Amino acid sequence: MPTSTPVYGPDKMDTPRTSRTLPRAWSELRSWPLIPLAIITLVLLVPGLFADILAPYGPLEIDMRARLQPPVFFGGDWSHVLGTDRLGRDIFSRTLHGAYYAMSISVTGIVVGVVIGTTLGLIAGYARGWADTIIMRLVDISLALPAILLALALAAMFGPSFQSVIAVVVFVLWAYFARQVRAEVLSLRERDFVARARVAGASHFRILRRHIFPNVINTVVVLATLQVGIVISLEASLSFLGIGIPRPTPTWGILVADGRELIVTAWWISFFPGLAILLVVLSVNLFGDWLRNRLDPKTRQMR
Amino acid sequence: MKKYIGTRLIESLAAILVITILVFALTHMSGSPVDALLPQDATQDQIDALVAQWGLDQPLAVQYLTFLKNALAGDFGDSLKWRGYSAMGVVLDRFPQTLLLGGVAVAISVIVAIPLGVMAAMNRNGPLDRGAQIFSLFGQSVPQFWFAILLIWFLAVALQLVPTSGSGSWRHLILPAIAMAWFQIAALSRLTRSAMLDVLDAEYIKLARVKGVREARVVWVHALRNAAVVPLTYFGVLAGSVLTGSVTIETVFSWPGLGWVAIEAIRARDFPVVQAVVVIFAIIYIVSNFLVDILNAYIDPRVRS
Repeated sequence: MPTSTPVYGPDKMDTPRTSRTLPRAWSELRSWPLIPLAIITLVLLVPGLFADILAPYGPLEIDMRARLQPPVFFGGDWSHVLGTDRLGRDIFSRTLHGAYYAMSISVTGIVVGVVIGTTLGLIAGYARGWADTIIMRLVDISLALPAILLALALAAMFGPSFQSVIAVVVFVLWAYFARQVRAEVLSLRERDFVARARVAGASHFRILRRHIFPNVINTVVVLATLQVGIVISLEASLSFLGIGIPRPTPTWGILVADGRELIVTAWWISFFPGLAILLVVLSVNLFGDWLRNRLDPKTRQMR
Repeated sequence: MKKYIGTRLIESLAAILVITILVFALTHMSGSPVDALLPQDATQDQIDALVAQWGLDQPLAVQYLTFLKNALAGDFGDSLKWRGYSAMGVVLDRFPQTLLLGGVAVAISVIVAIPLGVMAAMNRNGPLDRGAQIFSLFGQSVPQFWFAILLIWFLAVALQLVPTSGSGSWRHLILPAIAMAWFQIAALSRLTRSAMLDVLDAEYIKLARVKGVREARVVWVHALRNAAVVPLTYFGVLAGSVLTGSVTIETVFSWPGLGWVAIEAIRARDFPVVQAVVVIFAIIYIVSNFLVDILNAYIDPRVRS
């Protein structure tokens, strides 16, 4: 829930002592997480978009003659690079298709959640008064409930479905964004350019759209990017438990669940899709750390 | 302080109320609650009894109040999967198992994470600190269910150290507790580290050193006592991670606790039990957050305002 929401406090990683003497070397080193990050994203997520073209086999293509083949350096051959499962389905192709689902689900969920959260945050911060009170109470309540509850209830009622996963993701994200955006709007609405626009006769809607929204969109986009890791691991856990995306869709969570009973005899079925989740979430978290270190004034002061 | 407790109490009750509304709404959104709450082969008598008990022939608002009244009495109907047991009975019966697992996991994470965080702060930017940072980055990124499967593979099957799954002895507890504690250690050690770094800069720490207090005492008593407030705030989140974790971990290790019951009940479409689990989960989570907040306000006066 967030199955697992990483904890981000003001962290005090890397305070380069040599920043004055070796500015160039440091600026390169400081951006180091960006390089592996870019590689991982390029290698794991982007090809997912073209999984239909790139994958050597269909994700559900059964080949009983090639069942339980090990990966290429563990006794297998190049026909199935990462091995095959119990039904002879190619793990590499399935993991690649998994990347597509991981991306499409997380992007859909994040976009819906962020749009709802940002809209309500704009309203709450700009209108103040009772609208603010109601929205912020809902935010508090929403933050006070773990996402797994909604996931369990939805799955029990409607069975595993794409919509319930999106609903859970939205539930996790909207309150966080509403709160962030509201806080920014509260200070923006007191600024001179808002007062001038009002004097010039701009409507509230126009002020929000043309003067306030452009000032929060950067923060929103950056924060939204950082949610990809959380959302991917949330979706994977739900699908693993059978309360997320329905089978036989090859999402990473389902792929890991498929190999669970065979972990001893055919470890590769669960191992590779899980590794894909780990690498993607890790790279997003690294990016988050890096960004936070650059943006956090407290850390900056200490340099 | 009283006002703060009052506000938080009202907020907590509101959150529990919202969960009951959510559960109630879901039973009605998917068609008739009769289908959700009774087995397929229910007789007309059973249906009549259900309709009478839950007031299903009344307006929706009245139905909700009936539901709430029954829920407050712990009555969510009878389990469909575990015949002959009430839904709440099934859930309460499994509760101690989750409490045991969660308690051991939290204990492990506190015992490991606090010293790790303190030592990382003392060894700032040194090899130990870097190691701890890499560990916590991995700990927070690794998917819990996958890590649990790998643990079974390495420790239970390859090395034959502990049983793979089930419950019954303390040895069954080891793997699920480690799997659950992993993420918590990662988060908690990181928080402890940054809290310690904040505190170690403070004047009273310098004063203690100047006074000639032994360094070990400065760090582990003077500094840690003040830094501990930050990780303490995190215990609310920890309660959530135990609940969420219990669903995944208990499923992987067949540990018969609340999370396991939840998934089994969903598979069997045993909605009364799911209702009971969801409400109990919400209550545990909200109550533990409430207690942590009160404790925090008691320790740190700034929280109260």
